[in-house]
Amino acid sequence: MPDRTRSDYDLCVVGAGPAGLNATVTAGERGLRVALVDVGVQPGGQYWRHPDERFPDTLPQPSATRRHGWREYRDLDARLDALVRGGRVVHLAGRHVWGVHPGRPFLVRATAAGEDADPVVVHARRIVLATGAYDRQLPVPGWTTPGVMAAGGVQALLAGHHVRAGRRVVVAGTGPFLLSVAAGLAEAGAEVVAVCEANALTGWAAHPLRTLQEPGKLVEGAGYVTTLLRHRVPFRTRTVITAVHGTGRVTGATLRRVDRRGRARAGSEERVDADLVALGWGFIPQLELAVGVGAATRVDVDGSLVAVVDDDQRSSVSGVYLAGEVTGVGGAVQSGAEGALAGLTAAADAGRADDPRLRARLRRRIARAHRFAVAMHRASSVPVDWPTWLADDTLVCRCEEVDTGTVRAAVRDLAADDPRDVRVTARPGMGMCQGRMCGFALSCLVSVETAVTPAAADLASLATRPLATPVRLAELAEMADGEEG
Amino acid sequence: MIDDSTRQLCFDGRNVPFRPGQSVGAALAAAGISSWRTTRVGAAPRGLFCGIGVCYDCLVTVDGRRSQRACMTPAHEGQVVASDDPRRALDEPGGPNA
Amino acid sequence: MTFRGPAPDAVIVGAGMLGAAVAYFAAAAGMSVIVVERGSIASGTTSRCEGNLLLSDKEVGPELELAHYSQYVWRGELAEHADLWEFEAKGGLVAAASEAQRAGLDALAEHQRSLGIRAEPVEGPAALREIEPAIAPHLLGGVYYPEDAQVQPVLAAHHLLRLARERGAEVRTHLPVTGIRIVGGRAVGVNTPDGAIDAGAVVVCAGPWSGDVARLAGVDLPIRPRRGFVLVTEPIPVTIRHKVYSAEYVENVASSDSGLQVSPVVEGTPSGTVLIGSSRERVGFDAGFSAEAVGRIASAAARLFPVLADVQVMRTYSGFRPYSPDHLPVIGEDARMPGLWHAAGHEGAGIGLSVGTGRLLVQAMRHATPDVSLLPFRPHRFADADAA
Repeated sequence: MPDRTRSDYDLCVVGAGPAGLNATVTAGERGLRVALVDVGVQPGGQYWRHPDERFPDTLPQPSATRRHGWREYRDLDARLDALVRGGRVVHLAGRHVWGVHPGRPFLVRATAAGEDADPVVVHARRIVLATGAYDRQLPVPGWTTPGVMAAGGVQALLAGHHVRAGRRVVVAGTGPFLLSVAAGLAEAGAEVVAVCEANALTGWAAHPLRTLQEPGKLVEGAGYVTTLLRHRVPFRTRTVITAVHGTGRVTGATLRRVDRRGRARAGSEERVDADLVALGWGFIPQLELAVGVGAATRVDVDGSLVAVVDDDQRSSVSGVYLAGEVTGVGGAVQSGAEGALAGLTAAADAGRADDPRLRARLRRRIARAHRFAVAMHRASSVPVDWPTWLADDTLVCRCEEVDTGTVRAAVRDLAADDPRDVRVTARPGMGMCQGRMCGFALSCLVSVETAVTPAAADLASLATRPLATPVRLAELAEMADGEEG
Repeated sequence: MIDDSTRQLCFDGRNVPFRPGQSVGAALAAAGISSWRTTRVGAAPRGLFCGIGVCYDCLVTVDGRRSQRACMTPAHEGQVVASDDPRRALDEPGGPNA
Repeated sequence: MTFRGPAPDAVIVGAGMLGAAVAYFAAAAGMSVIVVERGSIASGTTSRCEGNLLLSDKEVGPELELAHYSQYVWRGELAEHADLWEFEAKGGLVAAASEAQRAGLDALAEHQRSLGIRAEPVEGPAALREIEPAIAPHLLGGVYYPEDAQVQPVLAAHHLLRLARERGAEVRTHLPVTGIRIVGGRAVGVNTPDGAIDAGAVVVCAGPWSGDVARLAGVDLPIRPRRGFVLVTEPIPVTIRHKVYSAEYVENVASSDSGLQVSPVVEGTPSGTVLIGSSRERVGFDAGFSAEAVGRIASAAARLFPVLADVQVMRTYSGFRPYSPDHLPVIGEDARMPGLWHAAGHEGAGIGLSVGTGRLLVQAMRHATPDVSLLPFRPHRFADADAA
């Protein structure tokens, strides 16, 4: 058996998006030996996803003039590269960390994410978890039809593979991310039939001062709007998709106007033809590793479970630092600053020189970005009455094919009275994705039935995944052989 | 399109072009193929959904290995990709795909 | 809120499988009951186990008698509801890896047959693979137990409580018991944050936490947690048809070792997943991940079924078996505290034994002679032993 153990790291950073990259280079440049473990074959995470750099001739790379923050990515990537060449940092790409376990003091276990990497076990004194987020989804009749995708997935195909997943597209949900996806599709030649924003546009404009304090965001947003205007993409507020049509492949969608709570307005039905529907309702932090190490959690303003950090990005668990969306969805700028601060703190806690001016600057940047994020979350909230769009036979859990009626019956007939209870009784969230797709929706549905708002403990129970990704039985068996000895 | 380096993989007996660096899922999507798995209960078609390795809806058999995420698996020349069939028996160890 | 109206005949502490079974039989017998549960229904050990209804791992004596009686209840009085909890008479297969194990299994089977258990010898690897085609070829033979069965324990608990509610029982979840009310040396009810609940009897069905509840009444009940891990695979086509385990399992069930013991137990489920156990260790209520336990279970299971080596495990969970020093449950009224009843401590067999336990306990509460003697299960027997 190959030696899979990587020993004696001062720090292991999990995730190579804006937060993880910043943490890695900040700590590495201060002299820590860092292992950076990431699912991607190359750094960047979801935000800086780009085509495989090994094939620049077939899949052109982004340019600084056309991609927001690209110059920053190139800078971070160069610094990472220098640290790797200097032997301070090892970049373990293409590995999915499935567990962070106690052991001198931490063992980070990762399995191959694609097919080209070996599993690894990293021993490290400190850990930065920068595991990012994925699209939040709400079920809607027809959402399991092929051709319905997460908005982030549509973006990933465009940005990472130059693939447009459809020709006629409806983009729906809430939040400014939808604009970015729609703009990307339009530029790639897709016909964007509509961008449906569930909330009122006035929501975003209600906090102009906060927006102005975050000028980067404003420029970014203005760029998307310009693109959408140029392509004459209809932007509809207070509009949602209440049904997706087609068997075997999407053929269209029904749009409805909704009120503030998300209730469909009578007579507002409109059917549009489309072969791709992109849905996004904000983001859900990937919290299972943080929950797994026992980090304290709370419910954020957007209803997501997030992990608690102090002003220096320390979690409630000694030696574990958190950065990026896991502390609350805030976007790339906030994530990057949190990553740098986590790296700086980890280095200082390891006895390296602190940099109080940098620390203060990062804290200010985080605070400013956080204020903006809170305003954005308030303006882009999930309408509370969204469950009224569901039929009893609408699937909630895509993996185990559990429908809305079954979830409701678990509460009404079997007295299951919290999300975990419904999960083990009716099986939503018990399939391969382990409740990542349906967990939020499930907690909403149970909350409607029980009239109890989900608490952090309920959401943490849904986010408890001892295996953060599936692992082959034979690979688990290697733990019995003392290979980490 | 700029490239002249298009390669092919084989999906359920059909040649599907891809460009180096793309995933199996991207190649299938670019070819207009939107589903390659049927569900156990409803026998419903599924393909890409989250696109970033989280939802496990795009599972496909790649070179005999079951349950691979199409969105996470790099495409290779000559790769044999087959729709995932929930009823197909597991291969015996030591068999052709071991 | 307070509880008004006439005091119920019994307040049951715990809405796991045992509490559900007691509530069901009490309500069916016309008793009025309130079930009080600090979490949700089946939120403890019941949702962290495999739902075994086994005869194969029983050796002799009172537990076997209780197992037989429970099988009679599952397949008799409760048969009409079997589909609700996915009752599956899948049969159990115990496999031997060595001649010594095989001789041991044969001897056990012969003894079990004399007690009325159906235990059919499986002669040789070919016969083994006829029953379970994917089993490892190095196994030498074993014993087949056609009566071994399985239920989905979470569904069983929920449905038994639903049936009890239809017969007038009340179930209060997310309500912890903070005290046991004692008047004149007799347990007469429980205290909760929502007020006191007086009742004719207090029945402790709190699984591995039963000792903590009993302590509220000043009674020592030596029930301790014995942790076990289960691995759950991705859904796969039907590959494993029975509950299959190795000969060491029977030894481990009966042992009292506090260190980690692992023996493979593998079975398919109606949802396509394969459940893989088992481990036993006494580490208190530590629910943390154990690489050693999970690794050794995985390794043992892959030796039993090599075909599983490349199958992906999608989750693991751990649970706490309510372990008692002599491996027998506590069932009946506590002689040290009249009015305080127990139904707990079934270790890894609680789901299977629950319905027999519930039925017998209710017979005793109604002053009838139980169909099976509860004397070996008397809750104060450990105190007797200390005194002796």
